[in-house]
Amino acid sequence: MPILEVSNLEKHFGATQVLKNISFSLEKGQALAIIGSSGSGKTTMLRCLNFLETPSGGTISVNGETLFDAKDPATQREKEVRKKRLHFGMVFQSFNLFPQYTALQNIMLASQLLAKERPDYKSHKREIFHEIEEQARDLLGRMGLSDRADHYPHQLSGGQQQRVAIARALALHPDILCFDEPTSALDPELTGEVLKVIRSLAEQKTTMIIVTHEMMFARDVADQIIFMDGGVIVEQGDARQVIDHPREERTRQFLSKTRES
Amino acid sequence: MLATVTASLLEGFGTTLQLFFLTLVFSLPIGLLVAFGSMSKWAPFRFLRRMGEGSRLAALADFRPISALVSVIVWVIRGTPLVLQLIVIYYGPGLLFDNNIWGSGNQGRVIATIAAFVINYSCYFSVIYRGGIEGVPAGQREAGEVLGMTKRQIFARVTLLQMVKRVIPPMSNEIITLVKDTSLARVIAVTEVIKAGETYLKRGLIWPLFYTAVFYLVFVGLLTILFNFIERRLSYFK
Repeated sequence: MPILEVSNLEKHFGATQVLKNISFSLEKGQALAIIGSSGSGKTTMLRCLNFLETPSGGTISVNGETLFDAKDPATQREKEVRKKRLHFGMVFQSFNLFPQYTALQNIMLASQLLAKERPDYKSHKREIFHEIEEQARDLLGRMGLSDRADHYPHQLSGGQQQRVAIARALALHPDILCFDEPTSALDPELTGEVLKVIRSLAEQKTTMIIVTHEMMFARDVADQIIFMDGGVIVEQGDARQVIDHPREERTRQFLSKTRES
Repeated sequence: MLATVTASLLEGFGTTLQLFFLTLVFSLPIGLLVAFGSMSKWAPFRFLRRMGEGSRLAALADFRPISALVSVIVWVIRGTPLVLQLIVIYYGPGLLFDNNIWGSGNQGRVIATIAAFVINYSCYFSVIYRGGIEGVPAGQREAGEVLGMTKRQIFARVTLLQMVKRVIPPMSNEIITLVKDTSLARVIAVTEVIKAGETYLKRGLIWPLFYTAVFYLVFVGLLTILFNFIERRLSYFK
């Protein structure tokens, strides 16, 4: 059974339809890259998965559980949406780290707040917090940022900030980690360090969806690729096949344009 | 002589401080409410949008009555002199309804002054608050949301401090202006420090009036130190 199933997802902004009949599924441990030009709907699709946008139609299921059904308002209640979000992690293009917290605090904050809902919170507060900090330091280590734990975001480079943001998302153990153009806001010489981290996550079989403009990275790291244009999925399939031997004319045109630049 | 003048000016300055602090105590929270009002998205005619694009009714669908009303009030208050508002507030009820609600004594005049100042400063503060609230990038709220935080947690743990940081510099400016605006109260015969200094003119003494500046300078100096301290405390992040 696939870990994620999206079927017939639709999204309208007023009279304009930005997503049409989006259906795909993702197996556990696989990485899916979504490519396409700006305005093709890829970011909106990712935002729908994270409940940052409410889809106008369709369903989203994780592990067989229907998280969202446009026809069933019961699945859209504020309180439950908050819990359902935790199936997904999100790494933003502009990092969105909290500026008033250090790298370590950024990673720990949500875990600490969620811990308050645990029944044993009051009696085991110290152990729980200790555990959360251990985990956050471990994540920073995996990001190669052990020595930056006490730095504030403005004291870090863009690449370092994005790696902290990845650690922050991983700290909540999401089923599926989403990246929204994770390197688009970075100077070219800093994209490498972020891509390296994502690559290593893929090697560790982290289930991921990556919206990206880095075609060669998508080809090498992703298992599946979806090419979107005008709010629809034009082509989806094995990563190498889509990049090296696209079946659709529109995919071919898009790829040849990106190669020129 | 200096001692007597200082004593009487200090008494006047006591009234100045009373006007200052009471205005702040009320206008800081009321300003926040006004800011929320001006940002209200309540649109009761939203259902008219279905009536079709371009029709006159569809235009009404975007009408936000609370936001519009608050904007008009803020425009009127910021667009007219505070002195005029003070006179309207103090004499208005008597002239219009033959009912001087403020009473005749000094206390009534002080209360009327505070009422006028609170209305005026709430409007100015609301604009500053609004800038602070809207200045926090949407991505901050979204980052909190995807991390499973509640609306309350996002406000308290993420956006609030960033708002405060944005609001402090323009706020300190406005608060320093308020210190000196309290001198307008003398137009309705409130004996604050300037008025206290002016009484010596009748006796041919001009220096007590200029001496009042010292009181303002010392107080504004203290406020400046306080604001600098707060700004420095918040300078650890950007």
